[in-house]
Amino acid sequence: MDDLWFSEYHTPSVRLSIRVKSQLHHEKSEHQTISVFDSNEFGRFLALDGIMMLTEKDEFIYHEMIVHPAMAVFPEIKRVLVIGAGDGGVLRELTRYASVCSVDVAEIDGRVAQVCRRFLPQTACGFDDSRVSLHIQDGLKFVRCKENQYDLIIVDSTDPFGPGESLFTREFYGNCFRALTENGILINQHESPFYCNDAEEAIRTHRHISRVFPIAEVYQAHIPTYPSGHWLFGFASKKFHPLVDLKADAWNALNLKTRYYNTDLHRGAFALPNYVKELLNRE
Amino acid sequence: MRNQSRAPLAEALEEVRRSRLVPFDVPGHKRGFGNPDLTDFLGSRCLSVDVNSMKPLDNLMHPDGVIKEAEETAAEAFNAAHAFFMVGGTTSAVQAMIWASVRTGDEIILPRNVHQSVLNALVLCGAVPVYINPKVLPLPGIAAGMTVNDLLCAVKSHPNAKAVFINNPTYYGICSDLKQLTETAHRFGLTVLVDEAHGAHFHFGENFPISAMDAGADLSAVSMHKSGGSLTQSSLLLCGKNINADRLLQVINLTQTTSASYLLLASLDISRRNLALHGKEIFKKTVDFAAYAREEINAIGEYYAYGKELIDGESVFDFDETKLAVNTLGIGLSGIEVYDLLRDDFDIQIEFGDLGNILAYISVGDKSKNIERLIGALDEIRRLYKKPNKQQPAAVGVEAQVVLPPQAAFFAEKESIPLNACAGRVCAEFVMSYPPGIPILAPGEAITEEIIGLIRQSKEKGCLMTGAESPDLSRLNVLKGERHG
Repeated sequence: MDDLWFSEYHTPSVRLSIRVKSQLHHEKSEHQTISVFDSNEFGRFLALDGIMMLTEKDEFIYHEMIVHPAMAVFPEIKRVLVIGAGDGGVLRELTRYASVCSVDVAEIDGRVAQVCRRFLPQTACGFDDSRVSLHIQDGLKFVRCKENQYDLIIVDSTDPFGPGESLFTREFYGNCFRALTENGILINQHESPFYCNDAEEAIRTHRHISRVFPIAEVYQAHIPTYPSGHWLFGFASKKFHPLVDLKADAWNALNLKTRYYNTDLHRGAFALPNYVKELLNRE
Repeated sequence: MRNQSRAPLAEALEEVRRSRLVPFDVPGHKRGFGNPDLTDFLGSRCLSVDVNSMKPLDNLMHPDGVIKEAEETAAEAFNAAHAFFMVGGTTSAVQAMIWASVRTGDEIILPRNVHQSVLNALVLCGAVPVYINPKVLPLPGIAAGMTVNDLLCAVKSHPNAKAVFINNPTYYGICSDLKQLTETAHRFGLTVLVDEAHGAHFHFGENFPISAMDAGADLSAVSMHKSGGSLTQSSLLLCGKNINADRLLQVINLTQTTSASYLLLASLDISRRNLALHGKEIFKKTVDFAAYAREEINAIGEYYAYGKELIDGESVFDFDETKLAVNTLGIGLSGIEVYDLLRDDFDIQIEFGDLGNILAYISVGDKSKNIERLIGALDEIRRLYKKPNKQQPAAVGVEAQVVLPPQAAFFAEKESIPLNACAGRVCAEFVMSYPPGIPILAPGEAITEEIIGLIRQSKEKGCLMTGAESPDLSRLNVLKGERHG
């Protein structure tokens, strides 16, 4: 086998490399470059603008953690909006809930969804559910036109340095607030607290969300292929506290089989390291 | 015919860089090697062309080589008889046009909402302003353009006036009937000067208002660094066929630096090439961005992003659709307040906010997602900060009463007295509300209670007030002893 490696720079001086079996796809869409590789260690993986979005081996952690905590706090969630999610992983997890009636997806780049359908059926199967409607549109614009419509908004975006930039802004979170019902919850991928540039984004994001939502908490997960492996998610809501209002029994009664998430881990995920607490409390 | 796909000056600079000439001339940073921090900050490519005037690079004071060639190419691109590259901003172009057209005691007809640079030029040359007070459009609360009738009235009452100065477009995109105004002015022997700071794109896009040179104006000051895309402080002075360009160069050289920056000059050359070759598509994209934003902002409700519907065939003869100006009074907030909220809470920097409007500068450099952010933020501001009491649009100007020429008043004996005691006195300094830098008072003008009220109101709204010696404007310099009216 050729000695071919995919490298992603986590900082200018740190990189993560994965030995590649083959490159399955590469294109430049209107918004970004889209690549799919195959590897021994992580299976197939998707990279946008050279940054790994998901691998077949560890995507379950991210997708379970961005969906189930909100569902366990408010199991009656019916209408969901997902921003981003071109790979379909979030949809796969969401559509496991019979109670969910509709899932709108606003993805800016239609090519991502098409490429994932072709090469990453493990996540793209989420698109097959009839409750899912895909809208190829700028997320900020989509949510701006909505009022009191969703019980849950999940922001499954790229980093704030690419096409996802506008999904890390105060106007976006404000528009989400209005689009949510009075019970509404906003979950967003919240970057990593570890490397300095990522941490600054995490701080800024938390600051924006805290100014918009009365409840704004942060939880964490371990995702091996993301920078530093230590990843944060935001849980913001108008009414529900992620721990006080956790309906562990109700969620466990659903009997969903998960590989990463459980209701004990739910409680632990909101217990943050001191350095992260300090970061987030910094004004 | 010059070849618009060439950039003679930029090409000569590239040639000099490649020739590896040993520099024993200024600048002392010697292509950046003498100042590593600066080179690190600006980039070595930039420093390597920050050079001094030399034989292969011509001289801006007396162009006879590549600068001349670049200026001639620019003149052709803009349909002008001559073009001068300016490195002192459009301010320097405005000053040169005025000094080339009027002398001490001459009258010049101009709208009250001229840029500060115009009045500064009058202070230095001693000409006397004859103001036309532009009509105020009540709904957006902005000044309209100059009408042919305005001009005729001014000429009738000041038959000896030598020149007329026209803002076209205004900051907000309002255009006058430049062709008719020019023809009328020429009939009375007036030189036509146009402040085209915000209209560098007119000649290059499709369906734009007419440009000054196309309308037959004599002189035009064009901010290439605004819609033309060149570096800040670079500008063009264009002139028509009846202007003595050699004499104009002498006027320019009175105040122009003898060490003109080749970075600025090359940016003019390259930007002209870009406009000439790609202007149509660039400004199509700009107009599309602005049109989309205008529509979406109006759909939010209570904001008013205005456009061509303002056209009335007279005081608003045409409208520059690249301008995205929004009246904010419908949500109970002043433009200044919205401007501050956008920056402080949403990390969005717009061009300016005045008492009732904001202006977001749109260009080909924008991205759709940033336009979405602007719209989304305005939507949020309305949701979060809307006030129930709708404010009345504020008056944008008050009638100026010229008692003395600006020069005489500026250099006269003066005294400082409290603002509230100033009514009835003659002002000896400028009072500007910034942005957009248009004078409330100029030297030599009578101060009235109405003007004092406007100064207070602008201060309260958070406008940056400049020009006066007293930093907080609690006092004004007035002519000693003299009372007016």
